[in-house]
Amino acid sequence: MPELTDLTIVECSSALQEGEISSRELTLAFLERIDRLDPHVKAFITLTPEFALSSASEADKRLSAWRKDRSSHLPELTGVPIAVKDVLAVEGIRCTCGSRILENFIPTYTATAVSRLVDSGMVILGKTNTDEFAMGSSTENSAYFTTCNPWNLSHVPGGSSGGSAAAVAARMAPAALGTDTGGSVRQPASFCGVTGLKPTYGRVSRYGLIAYGSSLDVVGCFGRTAADTALLFMLMAGPDHLDATSMDLPVPSLQLNGGSDNGSLKGMRIGIPQEYFIEGIQSEVETGVREAVSVLESLGAEAVPISLPHTEYALPVYYLVAPAEASANLARYDGVRYGPRVEGKDMWDIFFKTRGEKFGAEVKRRIMLGTYALSAGYYDAYYGQAQKVRTLIKRDFDEAFKTVDLIAAPVAPTTAFRAGEHTEDPLAMYLEDVFTLPANLAGVPGLAFPVGFDHNNLPIGIQLMGPHFKEEVLFKAAYAYQKSTGWHLRRPELE
Amino acid sequence: MALSMEEVDHIAQLARLKLSEDEKARYREQLSAILDYVTRLQELDTSDIPPTSSVLQKRSVLRADESRPGMGRDRLLANAPDVTDEQFRVPPVLE
Repeated sequence: MPELTDLTIVECSSALQEGEISSRELTLAFLERIDRLDPHVKAFITLTPEFALSSASEADKRLSAWRKDRSSHLPELTGVPIAVKDVLAVEGIRCTCGSRILENFIPTYTATAVSRLVDSGMVILGKTNTDEFAMGSSTENSAYFTTCNPWNLSHVPGGSSGGSAAAVAARMAPAALGTDTGGSVRQPASFCGVTGLKPTYGRVSRYGLIAYGSSLDVVGCFGRTAADTALLFMLMAGPDHLDATSMDLPVPSLQLNGGSDNGSLKGMRIGIPQEYFIEGIQSEVETGVREAVSVLESLGAEAVPISLPHTEYALPVYYLVAPAEASANLARYDGVRYGPRVEGKDMWDIFFKTRGEKFGAEVKRRIMLGTYALSAGYYDAYYGQAQKVRTLIKRDFDEAFKTVDLIAAPVAPTTAFRAGEHTEDPLAMYLEDVFTLPANLAGVPGLAFPVGFDHNNLPIGIQLMGPHFKEEVLFKAAYAYQKSTGWHLRRPELE
Repeated sequence: MALSMEEVDHIAQLARLKLSEDEKARYREQLSAILDYVTRLQELDTSDIPPTSSVLQKRSVLRADESRPGMGRDRLLANAPDVTDEQFRVPPVLE
C-alpha cells in the first residue's frame, strides 16, 4: 500500500470499507504530516485534532459494524478526512474568515455543504487560511499569515481558498472545501496543481457560508483527481430550504471513471475563446492549455474557435458588483452581535472604531468602493451600468453554448507569482482574476486542473466552463484527460 | 476621475469606517485609479439591456406560511461582546 497521505478519497474510502486501514490511522497520518509540514506551508488557521480523532473513532465503529452486516447503510465517505476553508461555519469550531473582526467567533450552526459531508461520514481536520472575507487572490490579505505554495514556498498558493489548495497539494488533507466568488477555487487549484470545482451558482447551498458577494458566491471543492472532486460535489450539491437561491434540481449521478464509453470524448465540442489568449499571458500557460486541448482532441473531442466578446469588461463589472454586495453584507460587523468590540464614547463611535480597527486594508478598500458605487448620484453610472454589462457577459456564454458543449481556457494569465509581487498595487492584483471572473458573473460552472509545469516547476492549469447545471460534462472531459496523462499525479517535494 | 478628500470622508462616513489620515490619502489614490479603470464600462451602449437581477431562471421560492423552530436566543447571543438579560447591551444611543 502507498503512504496513507497519498491516497485519493476514493481509495481511502475503499481501504476503510475493506478494513485495510482504520480511520484513526488515516486521520493520525494526516495530523502527523500537518505537524511536520504546516509550519512551512501555513495552510491551516485552526486545527481540530481532538474533534478529528473522536469523529474517526466513531467512523471506525460504524465501519466495523457495517463489515458485519454489509446490507446496512454506510455513508459513502465514512472515516475520510477533509479540510474546510475558514469562511464556512462549523458549529463549535472557531471561524475567523481570515479577519480580526471574527477572531473569536464560534459558530452555533454548521454550513449545509459541510453538514452534508459530515453526514457522509467525513472527518474534519481543521479550518484553512483565506484572504480576509475571501477578498484576494493570494492569501496575502489574511489577517493571520500568508500561506506558501507547496511547489515553491516563496510563491503564493493563489486565493482566496489558498489554504485549502495548499493543504491538498501538500498531502496534508486528501480533499478540501473552498468558495469561489471570482475565481477563489479555480485560481488556487491552478497555482497548486490540484483539481478544483466552482459549481453552478445555485447548485450548492450557501447557508453557513459567510457572505461576501451573494450573487456570485458558491461553495466548491478541491481534490487531487477529477473523480475525487466529482464525488465531493455530488455529496454536497442539491436543494436546501435554508438557501432560497439553491435550485431544486436533481444532482447528476456521475460516473467516476468516465462512464461506459471508455473515456472517449467523441462528439464533444470544445470552444476556445480568442479573448482568453491575449497579449501579456505567460507563454508557457498558453502552450500548456493548447497542448491540453490537443489531448482532448486526440480523445475524440472537436476544438472550435469561439468569441466571448465582452470578456474584457468582466473585470470592471466584477470590481463594482462584488464590492457593492460586500459593502452591504459586511455592514453586519458592528461590534454588537459578534466579534470583538472596540469601546467608544457612544454607539456610533463603537461602530466606526470597531470596523476601522478590525477590518484589514483590502476589506476596507472594497467596502469603500462598494459604498461609493451604491451611493446617491453614482448608482446608475456604476452599479446600474455594471449589472447591465453583466447581462451582456451572460449572453456571451448563452450564445457560445448554443454551438459548443464546453469552453476551455487558461485559469490565470500566469503561474503562481511571488509573495509580495502585487501587494502594493491593488489593480495589478485584480488583473490576476481576469479569466475566472466571467464564470461567476454568468453563474456557470468551472473546473480547474493541472496540465503541465513551467520552467520554475510551478503548475499550469486549465479551466473548463460549461452551461448552467452541466457539471457532468466538465467532469467527463477531466476524467478522460487525467486517464491519459499524469500531470495530476505529480507531487511537490517538501521533505 | 480623481476623488476629493471630502468624497473620501463622505464614503467612510457612509460605510462607518474610522480611517487614519494615511489611510484616507492611500484610498483616495487607489480608489481613483480603480474608478478610472471601471469607466470603460461607459463605452458600451446598454440602453436596451436589462440589468442582471439573478443568473438563475426566475421561479417562486415561497413556502407555506408555517412556523418552524429558529436558532434560539442563547445561540444568537453566544458570540456577542456584551449581553445582559438575554439582550445585546450597547451604550445609550439617545442623549
